[in-house]
Amino acid sequence: MRRFVLKRLGLALITLFLVSVILFAIAQVMPGDVGRAILGPYASERQVEALDHNLGVDRPLLVRYWNWAGGFVSGRWGKSYLMDEPVLPLVTRRLLNSLILGGFALALIAPFSIAIGVLAALKEGGWFDRSTAVVGLSLIALPEFASGIAVLVIFAVVLGWLPVSSHVPGADPIDWFRQLLLPSIPLMFVLFGYISRMARAGTVEALHAHYTRTAILKGLPRRVVIWSHVLRNSLLPTITVIGVQTGYLVGGLVVTETIFSYPGIGKLVFDSAIGHDLPVLQSAVLLIAILYMLLMLISDIVYTLLNPRIRLSA
Amino acid sequence: MSRPAMARRAEPSVRTLDIEELTVGYHRRRQWSVVISSLSLRIGQGEAYGLVGESGCGKSTVAMAVMRYLPPNARITTGRILFQGQDLLRAKAAHLEELRGNRMAMVYQDPGTALNPSLTVGRQVAEVYRRHRSMGRAEARDAAQAMLATVQIADPLRIMDRYPHELSGGQQQRIMFAMALATDPDLLVLDEPTTGLDATVEAEVLDLVERLRRKFGASILFISHNLGIVSRLCERVGVLYAGHLVEEGPAADLFQAPRHPYTFGLMRCVPRLDMHKRRHRLEPIPGTLPAAGETIAGCVFAPRCAIVRERCRVEAPTLLAAGRERASRCFYHEELARPAAPGAEGAAAAGTVAQAEVLSLQHLTKIYDARGVKLTAVKDASLAVGRGEVVGIVGESGSGKTTLAKCVVGLVGQWAGRIAFDGSELSGRAEQRDAHLRRRLQMVFQNPDNAPNPSHTVKGILSRSVRLLSGRKSTSEIEARVRELAAAVRLAPRHLELRPAALSGGLKQRVALARAFAGAPRLVVCDEPTSALDVSVQAAILNLLVELQETRQVAYVFISHDLGVVRYLADRIAVMYLGQIIEMGPADVTFRPPHHPYTEALLSAVPDFNRAESKGRIRLQGDIPSPSNPPTGCRFHTRCPRMLGSLCRNEEPPWQEDGADHLYRCHIQPAELREAQLAGPPRAGGS
Repeated sequence: MRRFVLKRLGLALITLFLVSVILFAIAQVMPGDVGRAILGPYASERQVEALDHNLGVDRPLLVRYWNWAGGFVSGRWGKSYLMDEPVLPLVTRRLLNSLILGGFALALIAPFSIAIGVLAALKEGGWFDRSTAVVGLSLIALPEFASGIAVLVIFAVVLGWLPVSSHVPGADPIDWFRQLLLPSIPLMFVLFGYISRMARAGTVEALHAHYTRTAILKGLPRRVVIWSHVLRNSLLPTITVIGVQTGYLVGGLVVTETIFSYPGIGKLVFDSAIGHDLPVLQSAVLLIAILYMLLMLISDIVYTLLNPRIRLSA
Repeated sequence: MSRPAMARRAEPSVRTLDIEELTVGYHRRRQWSVVISSLSLRIGQGEAYGLVGESGCGKSTVAMAVMRYLPPNARITTGRILFQGQDLLRAKAAHLEELRGNRMAMVYQDPGTALNPSLTVGRQVAEVYRRHRSMGRAEARDAAQAMLATVQIADPLRIMDRYPHELSGGQQQRIMFAMALATDPDLLVLDEPTTGLDATVEAEVLDLVERLRRKFGASILFISHNLGIVSRLCERVGVLYAGHLVEEGPAADLFQAPRHPYTFGLMRCVPRLDMHKRRHRLEPIPGTLPAAGETIAGCVFAPRCAIVRERCRVEAPTLLAAGRERASRCFYHEELARPAAPGAEGAAAAGTVAQAEVLSLQHLTKIYDARGVKLTAVKDASLAVGRGEVVGIVGESGSGKTTLAKCVVGLVGQWAGRIAFDGSELSGRAEQRDAHLRRRLQMVFQNPDNAPNPSHTVKGILSRSVRLLSGRKSTSEIEARVRELAAAVRLAPRHLELRPAALSGGLKQRVALARAFAGAPRLVVCDEPTSALDVSVQAAILNLLVELQETRQVAYVFISHDLGVVRYLADRIAVMYLGQIIEMGPADVTFRPPHHPYTEALLSAVPDFNRAESKGRIRLQGDIPSPSNPPTGCRFHTRCPRMLGSLCRNEEPPWQEDGADHLYRCHIQPAELREAQLAGPPRAGGS
């Protein structure tokens, strides 16, 4: 087990290194000049050059990569060009906001999707199974910007039930739903499709497995067969999918946060890309990558812990 | 052999199971096909009834119908299934739940998938007590532990908390038996419970069934394709062909003198331990089972029958009385009553073997390195195969026979020692070898399903092999050669246009053989080529192998766990245990005393329907040790029934020589061993 975790950690570090290189390279080829972007079209060429020099963007590539990567590791993430504040607290604060939104969406939709998937599997081929399949797949296919704008127009603009732009909720649980329900709907649409399909597939497989036949032929009531024999085996792959999908959440957040102007890391990435705010952009994206790796690792470990076949042979 | 339950067989009025006129069909691809046609059979209290037949005959459908667990596309159209007088087909779901696992239980093939992988086996057994005996958690656990001891699991306390994958196949099947017998059921349905297990494990499980029968009074419906096992365990036998019960009778009489041509044919195509290719030709049943949904006017077996008459093709026989307690669905069953002539004489190919060696292994050792754990799969194996000679390799799974074959054909590399083939030294993996050598060294695998490319036609597959292996270039030449090959392995021209998915297992294995013979091989390594096939198909493939060997002077390394098959086909036999060759010699000598105690145990494990059961059996204790940590001294000493003492534990045994190139690795001298083995098994064995 320790060996397995160490191996996966090593692989994650290599991946992160490659991500940082790619990220840095992309930032270099982004069109536009940093100094110009900050100072605006009316600043003189000399002022722009002076600022570029100050920011260090005129130094050789390798030196700049080294400074940036080294700084990132040691916590010196620099200052935002646009907001004139240190990057580290900014990015972590925004990330926390995003985690609140993503966690909210996941907590609402995961149990629901699993339940629907399992029910569909129990009635394999029936009308309920078919209709959830159609709904689930359509929701996956629906892009977040479309569903996001649709719910925004309906519930915030026309009906006026919920705010047009969302803030970070306070301690009040009603405020949580008020602020977070609309921006999490596009995320939940996509998650529902994936998670319910996985839960269904896993359950169908377990229902057809020979050990389920054994359980039935032991005379166990259907309730027991399903709870202690089928679900135990069928939900394993689903848990892994939820892990991978939380990674997706981060990507989906960029769109939905922008639509609802929710101050999360997605919106931050979007704003800093538009505004050439390189320190923020690079750090935020790299942080997202780290988070993604961590989530994958955790879901692998959870899967391993729940699956005795892997647990003991590792 | 003693049949303890016979005495207990009660008056027929209290029957445990009574199947009356049962007809079952399946809906497949919008087509209705009947798989069981008005089947009737009865099982008395405490009686064991064997149902035999080849795959596709409907045996498992009967079992599942009895358990009321047919797939959704199956329908029972007529008939009744009475369990202790009550009709199961009318039973409500709640009532069925009450019966299953309680009054009627089932054990089936492949225990590895039948147990829930994510629950401990203790919990799975305890569940039965909690459900049917309303026990509390702790009480059920104690009961389960006691049950594990009853099915002779060593150290039940420790095993309780294991997961199924941590147990060996034999232990897993014991758990299944523990679960089935937990509530002392009245009916036990066993569906091929030993198929897929090693011969020695199979023998252990069968011993267990016999012992448990004495302890528990359950009636048994035993389903198997293996006639030997059924004849050993059951009092009465029914033979199923294409959903029809074609013959029924007491086991002893039925196997002594079968009264239906199908039973007769089945028995004639199993190679027995006293048969050899030079003296006997196997007689496969011609043709194939009718396809699902196909309707045959007259007798179902007529198209394949050896004694078919005009009447059989128009009129379907009913089950006719054929002697005391016997019935046969054949108009002419009396003709079969005459004493059976011994198998037809084989073309007495003179025993000319081994002038020149085609393959020679010297000190071959293959060590796998799995995450730092060294696993010696083959240790210091030396073996020679003469031109046109068949060398059989036998041993349990894990004995290293497949690894040895893989080293020879170059599917694994990095072995130590020397392999010389056809005069030249072979290097590691096949891709490093000379193309010329590769062509003359071919392999046939166990499972024909995954071997050929599924998207090509048979013709395409064979043409490709011919092009690669024989060096022929022109299309017409290749085509001629493909036709020639197909004819040699008895593939009909229409088969050439089909893709592998459309072929039966036997036909696929013919394609694999044709492919191996596409060049002009000197040596073909066959790894269990017939073990996935039905006996009648196996007989045809074995005949084909003999014929190809004779006409083309090809040598085989023939790996099999089936001693009868090896005995029949091989000129010489090597026995492997834990990576070592522990015995080798001419086929007829090796299987006669004196031989290695392991070989003796393997032979003793073979259930045979026509062997006198006077001598007791030898049973090996425990499982095969791990090859990563083999026992000291003689590798077999931990399980050896003839172990001498510290000598065997500490010192590696020498090769003992017993006459003409028969060698075995043991501390016991040949003369001494012969005497001991002729006297019978060393300890009180199974029955």
